[in-house]
This record gives sequence, structure tokens and C-alpha cells, in this order.
Amino acid sequence: MISEYGGQETWQEDLYSLLRSNDVELFCYVPDGGHKTLINKSIEDPEVISVPLTTEEEGVAMCAGAHLGGTKSVLLMQSSGVGNCVNMFALIKNGQFPFVTVVTMRGEFGEMNPWQVPMGQGVQPVVEAMGMHCLRAETPKEVSPTVQAALDMAYKSNQSVAVLLTQKLIGAKPF
Amino acid sequence: MSDDRSLDRKKAVPAIVGDPKDLLIVCGLAGASKDMAHLTNDGDNIFTMAGAMGGATALGLGLALSRPDKKVLVVTGDGELLMNVGTLATVGILKPANLSILCVDNGHYGETGYQESHTQRGVNLELIAQGSAIPNTRTIDREEQIPEAKKILRDSNGTSFILLKVNTEPPPSIKRSMDATERKVAFRRALLGIA
Repeated sequence: MISEYGGQETWQEDLYSLLRSNDVELFCYVPDGGHKTLINKSIEDPEVISVPLTTEEEGVAMCAGAHLGGTKSVLLMQSSGVGNCVNMFALIKNGQFPFVTVVTMRGEFGEMNPWQVPMGQGVQPVVEAMGMHCLRAETPKEVSPTVQAALDMAYKSNQSVAVLLTQKLIGAKPF
Repeated sequence: MSDDRSLDRKKAVPAIVGDPKDLLIVCGLAGASKDMAHLTNDGDNIFTMAGAMGGATALGLGLALSRPDKKVLVVTGDGELLMNVGTLATVGILKPANLSILCVDNGHYGETGYQESHTQRGVNLELIAQGSAIPNTRTIDREEQIPEAKKILRDSNGTSFILLKVNTEPPPSIKRSMDATERKVAFRRALLGIA
């Protein structure tokens, strides 16, 4: 079953709690319907820093800078944003920075906007080409364990990981 | 106008920065990284870049937000900053008091053969910083302004942005480490005591 697009469900609340229980304190994002709950909770949480970006690649560099200072972070973006980050991923790869991005997917299962399709198809090959791991969550049940795996790989093994919240999970935006 | 690029970066950058020991320093690729690696002897309080163009200010912003107890200085060039000039807007909405940005503006892409940059053709990065809501900004193009620039970078209550206009004399030559992993580990060990 496809979720209603932009529907905010309990898994999104759980995901925020999971990130906080892993001591993630910097949330960088470009506004996105699928990330609405995470974004709003980070804005309301006095214990974290929530930063809207002008472009996603700023978030890549900010997360690296935060690690230099000892702060855990996450970059929240849509699949189109991955395309804006590619050269900045060189910083993550060369520095072996721990890095987690949670990507809401467009341009795949049931997409009705053709402009989303090219980057939707490109996300996984692009992040893997830049040396990152790519983990997919297809159902609400998979979200928290997948993001936990990403955080462990990042902060215990110095890996960079993109978690894709697939369109089957978040739904297709009606056009 | 004839006079506004008379300063030599090799003198002006060290004069404005002063003693770098108490700063955490992030540098954009090419000239700015060489300026500051030379001044700090590529020390453990500096993270220089040789790629990821456009990322220096955001890297410094992330560090400044992480460590409000430390003064963070971003040193970058006009070309590097122009590549992601929107980051000034992200800095401007947050205005971390411990973040200072020094843009060494020689109006050229020195690393690729001194092609003119946009700042040589009328673009004013100080006005963009002002328009991005960064509270303390100055353009420095004469030696007598340097003490004021130094004070702003060090003491401003709120983010500061100095546009340092220099001539096209090259940065100092220094063999710096381009191993970002080794630099990251050294930086974190010095700051945090952990790798």
C-alpha cells in the first residue's frame, strides 16, 4: 500500500526520538514535505540546533565541521538534493568523516512529476559512486533499524551512509 | 579605484589574524589555505581544504555551532566563496557570535591561471554579506584599516565578515598536508583529546 503523500505517521516521531537518543544535536535540512515531522521537532527542541540550508551541499560541509568540534549531526534532504552535493562528498570521503543523510525519495514508485524522475533514478548510483553506503527503508518498520544501522556505521566505523526513505514508504505526491 | 588592490596578502593576512593559536581555523582551497597553513605551520588548530570548493564557510559554521566556546575563523578566497555564496545567508540567520569570516579577495582565480573573478567585475561580497544579515562587515583595502579589521574579527559580538582586497601577488609557498583524514584526526585530538 502506498502512504498518503506527506502523511506524518508514528514512524517519523520514532525516528526523531532515535536520532536524539543517539545524541544527534545538529539537524541540517532543506524544507521537504516528507521530513516535515523531523524538521518541526528539531525546530521545537531547545536541545538541538536546527539549520535550514540554501542548498544541500552546505549541510554536507556543516556536518563535517560539526564532527571536527565533536557534535553528531544529520542532513535531511530530498532525492533532488543529492545531486547538489556530489562534489562536497569529496570532503566526506577524503576526510573519512562519519556522515548520515536521510533522503526522502521522489522520482520512483508512483511518481507523477517527471522532473523528479532523473535524480530519483540517480541517487543510489551517485552516492555509491562517491563512496557512500546506501540503505533503503521500504516500510515503516524498517525505518528505525535502518537509521540506527547508519548511525552505528557512521559514528563507530567512520562510514558515510545515505538512508533512502523510499517513495513506497512516504507516498507519491499527487499532480 | 586604482589603489584598492594595493595590499599584499602575505603581509595583510598575518597582520589581520594576529596570533592564530587561540583560534580554530578553517580554510578554503588554494591561496587562503596556503596563507593560513604558512601562518600556523599547518598546525593542529587548522583544517585546510584543497577541493570541495564552496564548502569552507559551511564547514566553519558547523564547527562554530558545535563549539560556541571557541573562536572559529574561516579564511577563504573570493572564488571559493562565490561558488556557494548562499552560505552567507545561512550564516546570517544564525549569526554565531564566535564565527568570523575573512575573505581574501584578489579578484582572480589564482590557482587556474589568474582569470578574473566576478569581484574584479563589479560584484561586492561585503554588500552580499550585509544583505545576508551578517551583523559586522568591513571592506579593508588600506594598511591603516588593518587594526580595525583585526579588532572586528577578534571581538565582534555576532558574526563578522571582513573583505580583504589584495593585489595578485601569490600566497606564500608551503608544503601542507592534503591528507584530510590525518588533518581531521590531528584537529580532533588537539581539540577534544580523541581521534
